[in-house]
Amino acid sequence: MKSAVIVFPGSNCDRDIATALEDVTGTAPQMVWHGETELPAGLGLIALPGGFSYGDYLRCGAIAARSPVVRAVVEAAERGVPVVGICNGFQILTETGLLPGALMRNAGLNFVCRDVSLTVDNSQSIFTSGYRSGETIIVPVAHHDGNYFADADTLDRIEGEGRVAFRYAEDVNGSARAIAGLLNKAGNVLGMMPHPERRIEAAHGGTDGRRLFEGLLEAVG
Amino acid sequence: MKLRIIVTLKNGVLDPQGKAIQHALAGLGFAGVEDVRAGKIFELELADDTSDAAIDEMCRKLLANTVIENYRVERA
Repeated sequence: MKSAVIVFPGSNCDRDIATALEDVTGTAPQMVWHGETELPAGLGLIALPGGFSYGDYLRCGAIAARSPVVRAVVEAAERGVPVVGICNGFQILTETGLLPGALMRNAGLNFVCRDVSLTVDNSQSIFTSGYRSGETIIVPVAHHDGNYFADADTLDRIEGEGRVAFRYAEDVNGSARAIAGLLNKAGNVLGMMPHPERRIEAAHGGTDGRRLFEGLLEAVG
Repeated sequence: MKLRIIVTLKNGVLDPQGKAIQHALAGLGFAGVEDVRAGKIFELELADDTSDAAIDEMCRKLLANTVIENYRVERA
């Protein structure tokens, strides 16, 4: 599977996700700088990594969402190319409008950096086919602005459409309906605050994150 | 021309920073601080012929996230 990792000034999980993708797929992803206007052809996955793109200026992900390369990412997502945004990548996806809602300051105001329990809400997507619905997995979070917000109508709609991929199984950041990971309507875009790329091998303390990429590889080929 | 654009959180959107500021004011001994909402102010210097439509578009496309924020434009 060919993949690309978008690199912004201030990204800091770009090499983690690249290592994870190379480990699982056997192919190193192409690293694409934010100023590019085109993406490589034939991608099976575009990853928007965690970090603090553009120093989190204005709002987390706001400036990155308006960068040249993200216009190409939005076009690719609309054509059906799988896109995963992790942490800052999730914030960028909401700022582009590819995913609804917004990620606000954690309810407890603290930066939260620890392993958390997640429940897999929907195991039918290309990103979650490596899990069982209702299963509890452990994946680390590291964020200050992961408090998912959307209005009640939007929350009802995304829940009704089965678009919640993961929920926090414990109180982490005050997210509405404990949403930790969210799919777009077509199911080819996933945004999540937890970091599956930090749970790839036993030395990381577990491999629950690896199964996301293995499931995706199987689904996308 | 000079403009001020004031961005505030919509009603119903929880504002943890505002709450923290409220608690800090109470901690300093100020009684009766019933609510605090934090926001942002942008001061823009624009060419005189900038249209209202363009200013509105700047707010909607970048300065405010209309999922969670309202904005208003004040002319100096």
